Amino acid sequence: MSTSPGVTRRRPSPMQRSQNRAGLAFVSPTLLVVLVIVVVPIAWTVLLAFQHARLIDLQGMGLFGNWTWGNFDQVFTAPGFWTSLWTTLVYTVGGTVGSILLGLVAALALRRPFRGRGVVRSTMLLPYVAPVVAVTFVWETALNPQTGVINNWGMHLFGWHRPIAFLSTSSYKADLLGVHVHLPMALMTVVAFEIWRYFPFAFLFLLARLQAVPAGIEEAATVDGATQSQRFRYILLPQLMPVIALLSVLRFIMTFNKFDDIYLLTGGNSGTEVVSVRVYNFLTASYDVGAAAAQALLLAAILMVLLGIYFGFFAKRVQEEEA
Amino acid sequence: MSRAQFEDRLFGGLRYVVIALLLIATVFPFYYMVVLSFRPTGQLLLHPGSLWISVHDLTLSTYKTILEPTSKGGQGLLGMLRNSALVSLGTVVLTLAASVPGAWAISRLKFVGSRQISALFLAVYLFPATLLAVPLFVMFARIGLQGSLVGLAIVYIAQTVPVSIYMLKNYFTTIPVSVEEAAALDGCSRLQVLWRVVLPLAAPSLMATGLYVFMIAWNEFLFALLFLAATPSKWTVSLGLSQMNNAIEVPTTVLMAGSVVLTVPVIVLFYVAERFLTEGLTTGADKS
Repeated sequence: MSTSPGVTRRRPSPMQRSQNRAGLAFVSPTLLVVLVIVVVPIAWTVLLAFQHARLIDLQGMGLFGNWTWGNFDQVFTAPGFWTSLWTTLVYTVGGTVGSILLGLVAALALRRPFRGRGVVRSTMLLPYVAPVVAVTFVWETALNPQTGVINNWGMHLFGWHRPIAFLSTSSYKADLLGVHVHLPMALMTVVAFEIWRYFPFAFLFLLARLQAVPAGIEEAATVDGATQSQRFRYILLPQLMPVIALLSVLRFIMTFNKFDDIYLLTGGNSGTEVVSVRVYNFLTASYDVGAAAAQALLLAAILMVLLGIYFGFFAKRVQEEEA
Repeated sequence: MSRAQFEDRLFGGLRYVVIALLLIATVFPFYYMVVLSFRPTGQLLLHPGSLWISVHDLTLSTYKTILEPTSKGGQGLLGMLRNSALVSLGTVVLTLAASVPGAWAISRLKFVGSRQISALFLAVYLFPATLLAVPLFVMFARIGLQGSLVGLAIVYIAQTVPVSIYMLKNYFTTIPVSVEEAAALDGCSRLQVLWRVVLPLAAPSLMATGLYVFMIAWNEFLFALLFLAATPSKWTVSLGLSQMNNAIEVPTTVLMAGSVVLTVPVIVLFYVAERFLTEGLTTGADKS
């Protein structure tokens, strides 16, 4: 409510009512677009998830009818759903943690002024602003086993025996210190792409926060004999923590729902089929709208649960710190 | 040498190594893209490891092939550029027109439901685009917006309005209220205050927001794929390039030329307005 607490309820003043009207009028264009393009479709997806629906029937179908749990049964029992969910989690956690860590390293390196820092800073944002179609093409081209520069250099300079098909090898046998391991090569490559493309986002926010840290605290710590690593651990990191927490949430949500990067790099093959790509494949390969809607809905629900856990944990920790 | 001195030297040196490595990692793919786009395909197959072009190998035929209309044997990227430009500019204008009043109302006016409404706008990003895709696909087919650039622009508006309101709102709160109050005392209505006082003051923020919206719309791929895949005459550059990659045998060097054409407008705009953009996005991040 807009009335302040403690004031007894009374009719809103004419001034207040006029503000109400103007406020609603000013947000109404936006509200309308968001309702029609976002809220209505989401509600409809929820309905579709509980109905038998194929794209051809949809034109003539009413909103309600044929309620069923069949779609969810089908989703849970279909081969590959759990694998796909696991892939999504690995991809999301890898991409989120990796991009924030690399962004942090970059922000620390660019913290103090040097000649050309402005240009370096904006250049580092290029992967984030460039079109996804263009950058996925370049990665594909550079990683191509026959004509790509990476494999060519790898064989000539680093002595690789065979070219590595980075984007189409689901399991790569490698010797690490004499131990045979199977690496999920394609998945690792798309995670690397994700880190490369989104570290600038973390870098931008972390650098802005770093530059707002008052110089005095650090100087005082230096006088007291704190080394660089100690100053980072005990002064900078606590100051950065709120931004890192916010970035983790943002990046987690975005990566969890990510579609185009993986679709363009691997098409979801070679062990990289995340749920959003799977939804798209259900939609375009079998026109099974009901099953696609059920999976999309599950994805959103899982994301909410994960965020709920995160915020529950985080709120608890904040309380403990305050206590 | 004390630990402090040791660390100072270590991190002082490491810093430049890190900067150099990061620069290589960010610039190399773009350099590679440009180099390949000027090389004949045969050269790429013969020397995949070479990273420069000798002058007599340099060719512009890749650009000719990608840009010329299909009737002349090209790939028709020029028409797609026009489609992309129309959709992106339309999205920018309409998104700003919708979000300026919205952001101002949320930052200045106390009205019932304002908090719920801003929460709703942020919730847009919680839902995967694939969740919206199915119903939108059907809705658009019914009202005849499928395969049209207008329909695509409407979806982009819904996707960009929330972030645009967020960026503008952060800026509006830094404008002193007293300026607006003075204008109101002089007899300006709310719309006049917004139009004559707030907008001129917010010009840098408008630029930043407009640029960000433009980049999102210009780079977008999924919705273009869903709504326009069946109508080649309406393809945007991103969609067109990805279709070329899938369907026909287009040489890599030609695709790289297309990627350069797709990337250059965004990068030019970005360097022109970089300062506004980074400030616009991170306003508030340094206050938390």
